[in-house]
Amino acid sequence: MFYRESGDFSTTYPEDSQTFPIRFDRYRYYVVLAVAFLVIPFIINDYWANAVFVPFLIYAIAAIGLNILTGYCGQVSLGTGAFMAVGAYSCYKLMTAFPEISIVIHVILSGGITAAVVTLFGLPSLRIKGFYLAVATLAAQFFLVWLFNKVGWFYNYSASGQISAPERSVFGIIVTGPNTEAWAKYLICLVFVTLCAIIARNLTRGSMGRRWMAIRDMDIAAEIIGVNPMGAKLTAFMVSGFFVGIAGALFFSVYLGAAEVGESFGIDKSFLVLFMIIIGGLGSIFGSFAGAAFMVLLPVFLKNVFVGGLGWPTDLAAHLQFIVSGGLIIMFLIMEPHGLAQLWRLAKEKLRLWPFPH
Amino acid sequence: MRLLTMATAAIMAASPVMADLVFPSLSYRTGPYAANGIPFADGYEDYFTLLNERDGGIGGVAARVIECETGYNTEKGVECYEATKGEGALVYQPLSTGITYQLIPKATADGIPVHSMGYGRTSAKNGAVFSNIFNYPANYWDGASHAVNHILDENGGDISGKKIALVYHNSAYGKEPIRTLTELSGKHGFELMEVAVDHPGQEQKSQWLQIRQQRPDYVLMWGWGVMNQVAIQEAANIRFPMDKFIGIWWSGSENDVLPAGDGADGYKALTFHNLGKDYPLFDDLQKYVVDAGKAAGAGDQVGTALYNRGMYAAMLAAEAAKTAQGIHGTAEITPAMMRDGMEALEITEAKMTELGLPGFGPEFSVSCENHGGNGLGAVAQWDAGAGEWNLITGYEASDQEVIGALVEEDSGAFAAENGITPSCS
Repeated sequence: MFYRESGDFSTTYPEDSQTFPIRFDRYRYYVVLAVAFLVIPFIINDYWANAVFVPFLIYAIAAIGLNILTGYCGQVSLGTGAFMAVGAYSCYKLMTAFPEISIVIHVILSGGITAAVVTLFGLPSLRIKGFYLAVATLAAQFFLVWLFNKVGWFYNYSASGQISAPERSVFGIIVTGPNTEAWAKYLICLVFVTLCAIIARNLTRGSMGRRWMAIRDMDIAAEIIGVNPMGAKLTAFMVSGFFVGIAGALFFSVYLGAAEVGESFGIDKSFLVLFMIIIGGLGSIFGSFAGAAFMVLLPVFLKNVFVGGLGWPTDLAAHLQFIVSGGLIIMFLIMEPHGLAQLWRLAKEKLRLWPFPH
Repeated sequence: MRLLTMATAAIMAASPVMADLVFPSLSYRTGPYAANGIPFADGYEDYFTLLNERDGGIGGVAARVIECETGYNTEKGVECYEATKGEGALVYQPLSTGITYQLIPKATADGIPVHSMGYGRTSAKNGAVFSNIFNYPANYWDGASHAVNHILDENGGDISGKKIALVYHNSAYGKEPIRTLTELSGKHGFELMEVAVDHPGQEQKSQWLQIRQQRPDYVLMWGWGVMNQVAIQEAANIRFPMDKFIGIWWSGSENDVLPAGDGADGYKALTFHNLGKDYPLFDDLQKYVVDAGKAAGAGDQVGTALYNRGMYAAMLAAEAAKTAQGIHGTAEITPAMMRDGMEALEITEAKMTELGLPGFGPEFSVSCENHGGNGLGAVAQWDAGAGEWNLITGYEASDQEVIGALVEEDSGAFAAENGITPSCS
């Protein structure tokens, strides 16, 4: 009734090729953006920013990055945590070496550095596939964590091996360090996430995305129709690394403020982001957001219900939370292997026919 | 789902701030560090329960402990901090060096004190720079110095040419003593060998093989959680002499030595408070808390090393709250008043006797210049036959000449990095 294509005519080519061709989708997108930019910054507090929104937005960027590599190009990576660490450590080195340059530029440069490193670790993908590639990226995970722990230069030889973000501002508004207002933290992440999502969405709709998907679906067939596998795979690694690096830089500078590579960027982080895209939906930008929301919000929500709402002991709640999240993940994988994005697609199909399904 | 979350948070935000003294307990009863996290959290909570049941709170105001599970994970720790600070939290004791590093800038900006008792950032001892961070009565660098002093005593004051290995948790926590040990190795002429163990430390075969090959004269350990048990077991397996194996106070609980059985006999660990339950306070604890069925957790940890430490932490917090009530003349103190109370805290033998804990810890006093107390510590040794820890030395001073300079240097660097002007006004 509300959600339909009929009567929605495109009269120009740009109109026909826009991101959201259906009017209802488009308005929904504008409303989400408006709420995110114009409403939430005014009502957000420290708890909501630090426990929910900032991690959600940052993980969404990381999930978009991994989704491009794994979901669109079909190259499995278990090194996301370490690649985020590359972003975080580059950002730290840049922040401390060039304090007068804007943090925004540092974050983008960190993305660039990470892109270079990830491309390097992506080189084996030209010869090995599937599980073997996953193992190669696993090696990257352990090697990079070891490197950042071992070489003092990366953490400026601080006694504890921790890196901590100095105070930096954008247009006079502090965005890193302890005196950051909740809304400033939220907004800087939101701006990055919006830009990243728009870039990713358009890349994946364009010729580059089509090449990635051709490689994912069948690399020999893709080669026969003229896709250069080296170019396609390495660009996927590069673009993915760029987003993951930005996520890592924001994760360290805006969200944590101080980080330690083994704990903040360990193997569990790689798995967390991988779960996000599997649950959210492989090969879908919306799925990256949905998966990040699911993995970030569910533990916080369960904790608040069990401990805050029901007053159960914290250890019981923590164990139950593992059981419930684990159970939900298995349930999702069995009932909807294509993730939350597929549920959303189905809901839209149903909405198109509603209220006359026959 | 998001709606539901918002609803829960709205309920949480709407509940009024009650007029009691809030002591958040960022505990961990799950994960690889739970074996050490549980007794500490139990001791911390039980002491406040005792105060509420026996004395009707602190200065007539009930103490409320809000427990929040961190799993020794910094991200969850930050979430716990944000979730509890709105309740009027008076002091944070995260029992994790990683979380402490996170909270140092945040809590300072929010004006809430942090007490990292025997952990955290060592240079927080300099209160002129770290206005809201306290680490009395002793810190890691004191610990490193105590261990070296103990080795000096055993060797008649000369350890030049000896080889000392440091087995450490490869994190901010484990790396903390390296600076001091490097400095001390130059001063006393011993050779320092660094052996890192990655989180969580369940696999240490290669590290102990290295120790077996290089035959250090002594092994020091900065371990936590499951890493302790594994290290002590591995040391027993390679027949490393246990009395040459010295752990920091976080590597000295019953849970760490019991798995190795008789093999752990003679293992030494540092401590900054006394052990066992032969104190009058434990009778009250039994009567008002344990027998009344109000003990935290399973209630089976009373009197263990880490339970005592949790209780000691709670006792110091309660005493600081009393001091703050005295200074500001009001029973319902704020975090800022609590900070003043902690800065003016003085623990004397008379006070400890009055509390039912005679000789439980060293005497010390806190001031703005010194947030770290006197840095006294003792060495305890495990007696596997009797199943108990025994203090084999008194509370001894650490090498303040070396540590003082390092504290000055490190806190100065922090102040310069963060634009803080050190002041004690």
